[in-house]
Amino acid sequence: MLRAIRNKSILPAFSAVRAFSSSAKEMTIREALNTALDEEMSADPKVFLMGEEVGEYQGAYKITKGLLDKYGPERVLDTPITEAGFTGIGVGAAYYGLKPVVEFMTFNFSMQAIDHIINSAAKSNYMSAGQISVPIVFRGPNGAAAGVGAQHSQCYAAWYAACPGLKVLSPYSSEDARGLLKAAIRDPDPVVFLENELLYGESFPVSAEVLDSSFCLPIGKAKIEREGKDVTITAFSKMVGYALKAAEILAKEGISAEIINLRSIRPLDRATINASVRKTNRLVTVEEGFPQHGVGAEIWFSSLHCLFSVQLVNSWKYTNLLHLLNSTSVIEESFGYLDAPVERIAGADVPMPYAANLERMAVPQVEDIVRAAKRACYRSVPMAATA
Amino acid sequence: MSLSATKFVHPITTPPTSRSSDKPLFSTFFGSNHTKLRFNKPIVAAQRRSSSAASTSFSPVVAVSSDVVKEKKLKSASNLLITKEEGLVLYEDMILGRFFEDMCAQMYYRGKMFGFVHLYNGQEAVSTGFIKLLKKEDYVVSTYRDHVHALSKGVPAREVMSELFGKATGCCRGQGGSMHMFSKEYNLLGGFAFIGEGIPVATGAAFSSKYRREVLKEPGADEVTLAFFGDGTCNNGQFYECLNMAALWKLPIVFVVENNLWAIGMSHLRATSDPQIWKKGPAFGMPGVHVDGMDVLKVREVAKEAIERARRGEGPTLVECETYRFRGHSLADPDELRDPAEKAHYAGRDPITAFKKYLFDNKLASEQELKAIDKKIDELLDDAVEFADESPLPPRSQLLENVFADPKGFGIGADGKYRCEDPKFTQGTAHV
Repeated sequence: MLRAIRNKSILPAFSAVRAFSSSAKEMTIREALNTALDEEMSADPKVFLMGEEVGEYQGAYKITKGLLDKYGPERVLDTPITEAGFTGIGVGAAYYGLKPVVEFMTFNFSMQAIDHIINSAAKSNYMSAGQISVPIVFRGPNGAAAGVGAQHSQCYAAWYAACPGLKVLSPYSSEDARGLLKAAIRDPDPVVFLENELLYGESFPVSAEVLDSSFCLPIGKAKIEREGKDVTITAFSKMVGYALKAAEILAKEGISAEIINLRSIRPLDRATINASVRKTNRLVTVEEGFPQHGVGAEIWFSSLHCLFSVQLVNSWKYTNLLHLLNSTSVIEESFGYLDAPVERIAGADVPMPYAANLERMAVPQVEDIVRAAKRACYRSVPMAATA
Repeated sequence: MSLSATKFVHPITTPPTSRSSDKPLFSTFFGSNHTKLRFNKPIVAAQRRSSSAASTSFSPVVAVSSDVVKEKKLKSASNLLITKEEGLVLYEDMILGRFFEDMCAQMYYRGKMFGFVHLYNGQEAVSTGFIKLLKKEDYVVSTYRDHVHALSKGVPAREVMSELFGKATGCCRGQGGSMHMFSKEYNLLGGFAFIGEGIPVATGAAFSSKYRREVLKEPGADEVTLAFFGDGTCNNGQFYECLNMAALWKLPIVFVVENNLWAIGMSHLRATSDPQIWKKGPAFGMPGVHVDGMDVLKVREVAKEAIERARRGEGPTLVECETYRFRGHSLADPDELRDPAEKAHYAGRDPITAFKKYLFDNKLASEQELKAIDKKIDELLDDAVEFADESPLPPRSQLLENVFADPKGFGIGADGKYRCEDPKFTQGTAHV
């Protein structure tokens, strides 16, 4: 079995050649992450893995399968159950030029280490005026799984994305997973990499370019998964899949939805979102996390802020405010382009319940996205959902 | 890498005496293990203290495995540790724990329960040994492996099973699940998914009972708290912070380490610089005791002393129970890393089998009586499963209940009135 694993991690160029001769290869997210880690570890000896069960257990979700055998226990470290401790150790190692990839069994456990992620990693480059850079990656599953209760189901995208100094990425497909993880490992700043447990086993087609070992996706660029002209739906992680399904349903009703896969929560690709909103004039934001102060709220504001910046651009007093309203280099009136209020779909404003029917109600479903898109297109459906 | 119990048979040197000589340190192993001690008479509380004081001249004491002691116990038949009634209560509780967990596994594979389910098979002696000595008002705080702690504390099997099925009749109305069992009536404070999370909470519960006794001057406020957690937790910072504070403030708490040698797939020896967890107690100024967690009577003896110590106001104790879980970490764990020889070794030391043998050999119970108990528990569980099956799922409106004790926390709605007063409030979509 080990031999098979070793063969699997043979140079991707080999499989790229095979891909040319056959139709697009399929790859699960698990394989995508595993190969990305493998390639980065072999390319740069300063990259090492740290986390609970990443070694002998082959990874709590088998993402790091085979890596212990390939790279040995000095580079694939099984830690005791002490998130605060090993995260801090990772950050300290990154201060001195090593490139740790710290795995949290789920991002819920990162709360035990959040002091180090924010205070030791995110703020260090700033506090030291550029003397210390922290090239660390924090990765692990984020968001709700199935029936795991309140303490295992929270989405941390909004929390981490609020913090300056961090880069926050959330892949959807295998291409995203591979490209973004490689970019994250090569990045000189702390990156929070939010995966999703339920997506690990899902397969996506990948092109030959993706399989190449130098494949990398740019951080801060969203992807338009599906072009459309009636309504823009932004989503990240598992919700992209739901949004795509919703788009199929909407297409049958004559609504052409444009689905944006955010990929990068911080920095948010406001340019792509604004360009899309200017095209479709309607916006639906979808996320799994809690609604208040969430990613949807931030995107809402992004499309709004241009209104203020245009009105105040001639007032010198507010020039500073302009600088704070970051991102798009071209000041456009996205707000003026909206034909309907922005619809925000988020998880229910409650801790995740355990009971299966309550859990289904607490997380956005495809029907919720469809309903919201229709509301945005003024083909409203009553608020109360059918049971 | 086979770990046999012999790894734990080592000379335990007594720790250096504390600075204040009025604090006796219970590092010597007591209870029915007196065979291997230098002192061959049964050790009674008063003598224990003098023996530990005297043993500063380094008489090494050996912690032994139960099979050695079993034989010795038989010979001193007049020194039975329990009465018949107590024996039957202990047996019934362990059988309830075991059968319940087996039923959980069945139900999980039939799709009736879901998510993370962590079973307690093999560790029943610890739960029964400790919790059966508590009053109803005493507090128990546990981890995600909490079904049996809930049952031992008195939460009805029906309620626990319904909770696991996610039904509205569960002890937490289906909102908590396997890992989050709470019961106000039986003072079970959870049920925490995070390792180490329950320890500060337990320390707080102990603080509250001490506060009520000393500041609020409530008579009879002498509740003891038991905090159960595993070997993996003993590497977590929160554990040490709480050992320090509990000892500093002399809180009525017993820290019970269920050392089953494995934290998912991480062996205790690979994760810990000094694997002898009981030693960490004296480092913080409290007694640290190591006990064979596969023997319910030994656990019970140690527990009795520790709980009474706490109740008298003498402060916390750290008890390390060497035990083993027969199944994997959870029902989703393939359990490939543990050596089958190790598993077989501990399967041979099944606490229920051992206790049964004790009851027979000391003529405390007959085969029929125990079989009757088995049957009773089987019926109880069948009833619990049926009850859980027939119970309704939580209603839609329950989604927003219990978020706040005062539901006005949901704020003011568009019409200027509190949102919770609007009857349509619970009929929204995922984003409410």
